[in-house]
Amino acid sequence: MPSFRDLLKSTKANIHEVDTAGAAEAIAKPGTVVLDVREADEYEQGALPGAVHIPRGFLESQVEGKITNHDAPVVVYCAGGVRSAFAAETLQQLGYTDVVSMDGGFNRWKDENRDWRTPATLSADQRNRYQRHLLLPEVDVKGQQKLLDSKVLLIGAGGLGSPAALYLAAAGVGTLGIIDMDVVDASNLQRQILHNMDRIGERKVDSAKKTLTGLNPDVNVVTYDVRLGADNVLQIFQGYDVIIDGTDNFPTRYLVNDASLKLDIPVVHGSIFRFEGQASVYLPHVGPCYRCQVPEPPPAELAPSCAEAGVLGVLPGIIGSIQAMEAIKLLLGIGEPLAGRLLAYDALEESFRTFKVPRDPECAACSIPKEDLVIAEYDQLCMPHPIAAPANA
Amino acid sequence: MTDPLPVPVQARVKVRIPSQLRPLSAGASEVGVDGGTVADVLAALESAHPGFRDRLFDDSGALRRFVNVFVADEDVRFLQGLATPVAEGSTISIVPAVAGG
Repeated sequence: MPSFRDLLKSTKANIHEVDTAGAAEAIAKPGTVVLDVREADEYEQGALPGAVHIPRGFLESQVEGKITNHDAPVVVYCAGGVRSAFAAETLQQLGYTDVVSMDGGFNRWKDENRDWRTPATLSADQRNRYQRHLLLPEVDVKGQQKLLDSKVLLIGAGGLGSPAALYLAAAGVGTLGIIDMDVVDASNLQRQILHNMDRIGERKVDSAKKTLTGLNPDVNVVTYDVRLGADNVLQIFQGYDVIIDGTDNFPTRYLVNDASLKLDIPVVHGSIFRFEGQASVYLPHVGPCYRCQVPEPPPAELAPSCAEAGVLGVLPGIIGSIQAMEAIKLLLGIGEPLAGRLLAYDALEESFRTFKVPRDPECAACSIPKEDLVIAEYDQLCMPHPIAAPANA
Repeated sequence: MTDPLPVPVQARVKVRIPSQLRPLSAGASEVGVDGGTVADVLAALESAHPGFRDRLFDDSGALRRFVNVFVADEDVRFLQGLATPVAEGSTISIVPAVAGG
């Protein structure tokens, strides 16, 4: 029966080891993956920058999700070099072709004053709450921490804002701003799932705050019980990472667009009508803006609101959820945002279509320097144009 | 002497009607018409179901700026506008801006 020493010796004969200097050299090359196989409490006290963390007990089950390229150079380390030796052998058995174990481990690395840092960590409660996110390599602790540090502003706590806010709060977006000047009415409850019977007559922002903090105490809900206008839009928008536009009228949509261009904040657009919904993402000065897609609004008689035309209650649930998804993708920097594309959903057909939305080189708003953009109050035609009339000579 | 203008080939295409304009098409979400260009197609749509012209065009005869017309997935405003040719079997989608939330 082989002893531990025999087992370690035979394992070490099967793998490649490097010293800390050799590891540092390998890590400096682009494409090298650094893998920390220590336990969570060890990792949280300090780790190599950018290390992927998989405790050795979860190595076999999790590594293929976190290191997808089997031919990528991998430097494995633990505290001293024993666990990493066994881990390196396991990785070879799983088909990883270029694996080395760092002899001396993190302890020697740290003693030699090499670069290390304390990784972003979550509390035990957060680890449990966000467990399904942490299992996704695209999110992980780092992404979750990013969400917790993010600020998203919702324009409207109504049909679109309700599902978007609920999912963003559940996902742990740390700050959610909500603008709405309405009070909860019984006719809202058919679709505005942030609110309920007990809240009728209450300000929507207060009702929203109760629901969202009840769902997730990690979320700081900032309320704005005001009408969004040219006088306050820049002040309110300042400091937010993403804006979710779920308003119910064209003038506000143009105001949101122009202010977001001025401040370079991405907007996730959602709009609904009866059985149809649209969604898109406007990345200021990178992709098209709302005015590139819709240069002028329809006259009021051709643009009846949902209050006049009706809307099936589930529809904003679908479009608002897509907005939440796009916001989270933008915050995490993953996937392809819905920028330069208009997603059109038809509930009766149950069809999704995407259309291209090019950036208009002559757009009245995004083709001019943002310094020249004038934020003005818009009338029903969403005029004046976003550029100021030349001053009289 | 100039070359004669090419005669657009008449093509059978599908026009997708948004729900807010379906009262004009007797509820149909899709209408089949013939035409060689977007202008032809929309004229044929008007003949088959009168009322579309007023909703899609302004008084000067230009496409209204809050209605996007797509040939397949391309906005005709960034192609050749109403002169954009259409191919047999293509889908033309009328997508008006909506603002509900």
